Amino acid sequence: MDLKPGSRWKSAVCDTQLVVVRPPQAAGELQCGGTAVLPIDDAATPNGTINPEFAEGVMIGKRYVDETSGLEVLGAKAGNGSLSFNGVAMAIKGAKPLPASD
Amino acid sequence: MRTPLLLDIAADACPERIALGSRDAGHDFESYRARATQVAAWLSKKGKANTVFLGMNANIMPILLFASGMAGTSFVPLNYRLADLDLNKLVERTAPAVLVVDDEMVGRIVPIDGIELIARSEFENLFMTGGAPKRADLPEAENDIAVLLFTSGTTGEPKAAVLRHANLTSYVMSTVEFLGAGEEEAALISVPSYHIAGISAILTAAYGGRRIVYLPAFTAEDWVATAAAEGITHAMVVPTMLDRILDVMERTGETLPALKALSYGGGKMPEPVIARALAMLPQVAFVNAYGLTETSSTIALLGAEDHRAAFASDDPVVRRRIASVGQPLPSIELEIRREDGTPCEPGEQGEIYVRGDQVSGEYLHKKAISDDGWFATNDAGWLDEGGYLFVDGRLDDVIVRGGENISPGEIEDMLRSFDDIADCAVLGIPCVQWGEKVVAVIVSRSGKPDTDKIAAAVRAKLRSTKTPEQWFQRDVLPYNETGKLLRRVLKAELVKATEQD
Repeated sequence: MDLKPGSRWKSAVCDTQLVVVRPPQAAGELQCGGTAVLPIDDAATPNGTINPEFAEGVMIGKRYVDETSGLEVLGAKAGNGSLSFNGVAMAIKGAKPLPASD
Repeated sequence: MRTPLLLDIAADACPERIALGSRDAGHDFESYRARATQVAAWLSKKGKANTVFLGMNANIMPILLFASGMAGTSFVPLNYRLADLDLNKLVERTAPAVLVVDDEMVGRIVPIDGIELIARSEFENLFMTGGAPKRADLPEAENDIAVLLFTSGTTGEPKAAVLRHANLTSYVMSTVEFLGAGEEEAALISVPSYHIAGISAILTAAYGGRRIVYLPAFTAEDWVATAAAEGITHAMVVPTMLDRILDVMERTGETLPALKALSYGGGKMPEPVIARALAMLPQVAFVNAYGLTETSSTIALLGAEDHRAAFASDDPVVRRRIASVGQPLPSIELEIRREDGTPCEPGEQGEIYVRGDQVSGEYLHKKAISDDGWFATNDAGWLDEGGYLFVDGRLDDVIVRGGENISPGEIEDMLRSFDDIADCAVLGIPCVQWGEKVVAVIVSRSGKPDTDKIAAAVRAKLRSTKTPEQWFQRDVLPYNETGKLLRRVLKAELVKATEQD
């Protein structure tokens, strides 16, 4: 799984779509709803079940980070699964939006 | 990360939201992206390195910007205000290129090898008419350079500032919330197509999900009429625009109830103008933004709360922050340094240095950034105790009188507080005794300014070395189209005039 900046992914178990903002410093698996995510152009439609431990949802426009590896992703479409990296839940990044300047 | 991704994810998330043009007849995000892919496929077939645009603001501008990124070419908007000779020199430097030109400007371009010219009307017939086309399949593009912007070149050949996809996407993603805009929001863009703010406005609007409306060229009447008709909520203006906009609003009684946020930048905003704007537009959040082409636009900003706090405060330290550009963005490191490179104390003037992913600090064939990533802005400034940044203008504009560094800005602010002074500029011109002496050029409302009285007041409030030794009167001062005072032009005139004395 090459989590390079700008790469797009989708959940295998819900409607979530993601964009990688910062890559992880060490290789690993990005998961949504407890299952590895798929490349955005993968033909598979979401099926299977969301692991109840990773069912808090992904919100559109929010950033999620894994502090250990530095991985940061953007929620590009919302879904019911929540994110983890190598099984460790990712945290929502609290950033105050700036006013528009241009 | 590449700039077309910003449009791509927005179009996937809200394909039917209107993105470009009027509420009723504009292009939605899906149409916006689909047209850009068609243009990109066409550009790819041409196989040129650059996609050049020469023309007034229009919907084809953002489509060309994204299409250029999708096709892996660099986008180069050119300044149509240049003289034909200078313009053609720049066109030549962009070869090999596809050049899209406003029909009225086609006659200005001398045909040369490597430049494939297409008139805007023909381009619009090909790509902008009818319903949304199908998305074209495109291979993954790989070039790094998203945009080349030619600097104004007042001191020699224009330099091509390089903005990489990584710089621009970093700026957008660290300052804007993805789809953070409400569906009713719309931004009015009136800065010219070849200005950095015109580029960043396209990118931030796409990512934020905000509709954009273009003014082909700025007039205050059109601006107010369009803002009212289109329910504009956001806009960016330069100082000279704002004063004229307020004049029109006063004359027509228009109150622009939909307007929520106005940002300004690109030059020093006179305090009386911002005070008038705050009084006439009480519902509007004002933002003062400071940035450069080489930093992908904004690097520091003074927000609405800062504006209100400054105006309401009796504490002179807080009060004067109305003249600051606020605090650096969280994603930017900023330092003020002395000439020897050591950091300045709060309140001490030096050169502004910045570092961050959005900072390109690079020109074609010339890197202007240090190995550790710091970029010297060539702007003079200082930070107050609270970390608020005050920009004193270009380092070259600082007056050095008898070894003392004097900033024109402080003296100009003082002069503007006189009712009789409608506009002013303070400059240093060569002088045998001091190296440079301080002179003032003023636009007097009465035509009969009492310069002795004004000089006495400046001497009392500032100090004698900062008091202009010579006064000149003008009907108007020279500005460029984005509101920057043309100090070098003015200085050259004065030097000539004083030499003849």
